[in-house]
Amino acid sequence: MGAPATFEEQERDGVPVILLKGDLTLPQLKDFPKRLGALAPAGDSRIDLAQVTDMDTVGAWLIYKLRRDAGGGLEIVGASPQMLQLIERVSAHDRPVQIHPTHLPPIHRILGEIGEATVVAIQTFGGFLAFFGQTLLATLASVLHWRRFRINSIIRQFEVVGVKALGIVGLMSFLVGIVIAQQGAVQLRQFGAEVFVINLVGRITLRELGVLMTAIMVAGRSGSAFAAQIGSMKLAEEIDAMRTIGLSPFEVLVVPRTIAATLMMPLLGFYASVLSIIGGGILCWISLDIPPATFVQRLREVVPITDLWVGLVKAPVFGAIIGVTGCFQGMLVKGNVEEVGLRTTSAVVQGIFLVIVLDAFFAVFFTAVGWD
Amino acid sequence: MAGDDDIVVRVRGLRNAFGDQVVHENLDLDVHRGEILGVVGGSGTGKSVLMRAIIGLQVPTAGEIEVFGQSMLGRDDSETKDVRRRWGVMFQGGALFSTLTVAENVEVPLREYFRLPHDLMDEIAAYKISMTGLPPEAGPKYPAELSGGMRKRAGLARALALDPQLLFLDEPTSGLDPIGAAAFDELLRSLRDTLDLTVFLITHDLDTLYAICDRVAVLAEGRVLAVGTIPELMAFDHPWVQDYFKGPRGRAAATARHEREGEAVT
Repeated sequence: MGAPATFEEQERDGVPVILLKGDLTLPQLKDFPKRLGALAPAGDSRIDLAQVTDMDTVGAWLIYKLRRDAGGGLEIVGASPQMLQLIERVSAHDRPVQIHPTHLPPIHRILGEIGEATVVAIQTFGGFLAFFGQTLLATLASVLHWRRFRINSIIRQFEVVGVKALGIVGLMSFLVGIVIAQQGAVQLRQFGAEVFVINLVGRITLRELGVLMTAIMVAGRSGSAFAAQIGSMKLAEEIDAMRTIGLSPFEVLVVPRTIAATLMMPLLGFYASVLSIIGGGILCWISLDIPPATFVQRLREVVPITDLWVGLVKAPVFGAIIGVTGCFQGMLVKGNVEEVGLRTTSAVVQGIFLVIVLDAFFAVFFTAVGWD
Repeated sequence: MAGDDDIVVRVRGLRNAFGDQVVHENLDLDVHRGEILGVVGGSGTGKSVLMRAIIGLQVPTAGEIEVFGQSMLGRDDSETKDVRRRWGVMFQGGALFSTLTVAENVEVPLREYFRLPHDLMDEIAAYKISMTGLPPEAGPKYPAELSGGMRKRAGLARALALDPQLLFLDEPTSGLDPIGAAAFDELLRSLRDTLDLTVFLITHDLDTLYAICDRVAVLAEGRVLAVGTIPELMAFDHPWVQDYFKGPRGRAAATARHEREGEAVT
C-alpha cells in the first residue's frame, strides 16, 4: 500500500505553499488530521496536491475543510481531475448534521425522568388492570364458546410451562429441602430439639417455600419467555397481522399462556413441595438418624392438611399473575429490539414482586381465617 | 479479457448446502474492478446466500472465494480484517443498530478501525449522511423513527463509512417508491463514478438493471447461468432469462430506458 499522509509548508515565488504528500486515505491518515488542523494558513496560500498518490472522501474532506476554514481563498494546484471532482463532491455535502439526540441539562433531565417515571408507573398500573380484565373476559369468552378455545395451543403451553420445568424445579426444591433441614438442625440441636426439623420442613415447604420458589422459577422461565415471544411478534408486526385477519391476540396468545401458567402452577408447586420434603427427609435420615418411616409418621402428625390447601390456593393465583404480567409486558414492546430485553426483564421483576406482595396478603388472610 | 488484477471478486466451484438442500453447485463468478454487477434470479435461487458466502457470513461446503486477490475461506477474522475493511455491505432491511442514532451507526466502522479525532468523525458521518441523500435531521434519529427508504439510505451511509472499494448491496431499491428508487440508482452511479467503486448488486428491480448495471449475472439451477450485458442476455437462449427480460415488466423497463436515452441525446 501507499505512503502515510504528510504535509510540508514551503514558500514558492513569495507565496506560501502547503505541499501534501502520500495517500490521503483513511488507513494512511493516522495523526495527519490533528496536525493539519493545527495549521493556520495565510489567506493567499496554495495547496499543492501534486505529490498526493491517492485520495478518498475523507482526504478530500480534509482539504475542503482546510480551505473552508481559511476563508475559502486557498488555491488548489497540482490536483488530478478526479481529486478535484472528489473535493467538489464532498464540498456539496457540507451540512451541519446532529450526531446524538439532544440532551437536556441534568436538573431538567432528572426532574423530567422522575415525572415521566411517575406517569409511566400510573399508566402501567392502569394498563395492567385493563389488561387483566381483558384477559379474564377473553378467557370467559373462550370458555363459553368452546370452539374459540385453542386447546392445542394450551396443551403446547402446558408442556413448555409445566413438563419442561419439572427437572429444574424438582432439583431446586430438593436442594432447598436439604438446606432447610440442615440449617434447621444446626439451630434446633442447641435445644436438643432436632426432631422439630420435621415440623420445619413439612410446614414451611407446603405453606410457603414450595409454591413461592416454584413461582419464582416459573416467572424466570415462562414469564420472561412470554414477554420475549410476544414482544418479538409485536416488532415483526405479527400481532397487527393477526388483528387484520380477525384473530384476537388475546385469544390466540394471552389466554393459552395464562391458562397454562394458572393450571401448571399448583401442580408444579405440589411437586416442588414433595421434593423438598424428600430432600429434608433424606437429610434427616443421613445426619439426624431419623429413618424415613418415622419421618413420614411424624410428618402426618405435625402438618395439618390446611397447610396443603394454603399452598394449593395460592399457586394458581401466582400462576395467573405471572402469565398476565409476562404477556402484558410483551404487548407493551414497541420500537426496537432493546425494548424486548427491557420488557422481558420487567416481566420477571414485576412478576416476582407481585407474587411476593400477594403472598404477604395471603399470609395475613390465612392466619385470620384460622388456617395457621 | 480483463487481467487478473481487474478481478475484485473471484468465485470458483462454490457449493452451498443447508442439509440436503443444495443452493449452489459449482458456481463460478467474477466481479471486475469498477463495474456494477447486477445479480438476478428467481426467489430462492440463493442470491443472498451467494453474497453472504462472499462476505464470510456463510461457510460454503466447497469452492474457492477470492476478494482483492486474497483467499477468504479457511482463514480467521483477524487475517481477513484488511480485506473486510475495504468493502461495505448494505443489508436488505438496512440492518442498522437499533440502539444507536443514524449518525452513530455511520461512525461505528470508523471507530472500530481507526483512531480519528471526534469532531472529524462527526464531520465524516455528516457528509456521508448528506451524500446518501438523507436530510440533516435524520442524523440524531433512531432507526425505529425512520421510514423504510430512509433506513436503506442510512444503511448505505454506514456501508460507505470507510470509503470502501467494493460495495455489496442486497436489494437496495426494494420497497422504495419509484422516485426514490430512481434517485437511489442515480446516487449509486454517481458514487461509483466519483469513488471508483465496484458494486455487487442484488436486485429484482429491472429499472435498476437497465439504468446502472454494467453487467448482469443470472442465478438459476444452483449456478451462474449467464453473465453479460443486457443485450447479450436477451440473446441468451434460456426460458427463464427470456421470460425475465422479455416479459411485460422487462419490456417496460427497456422502453423506459430507450426513452430516457432518447431525451439525453436531444
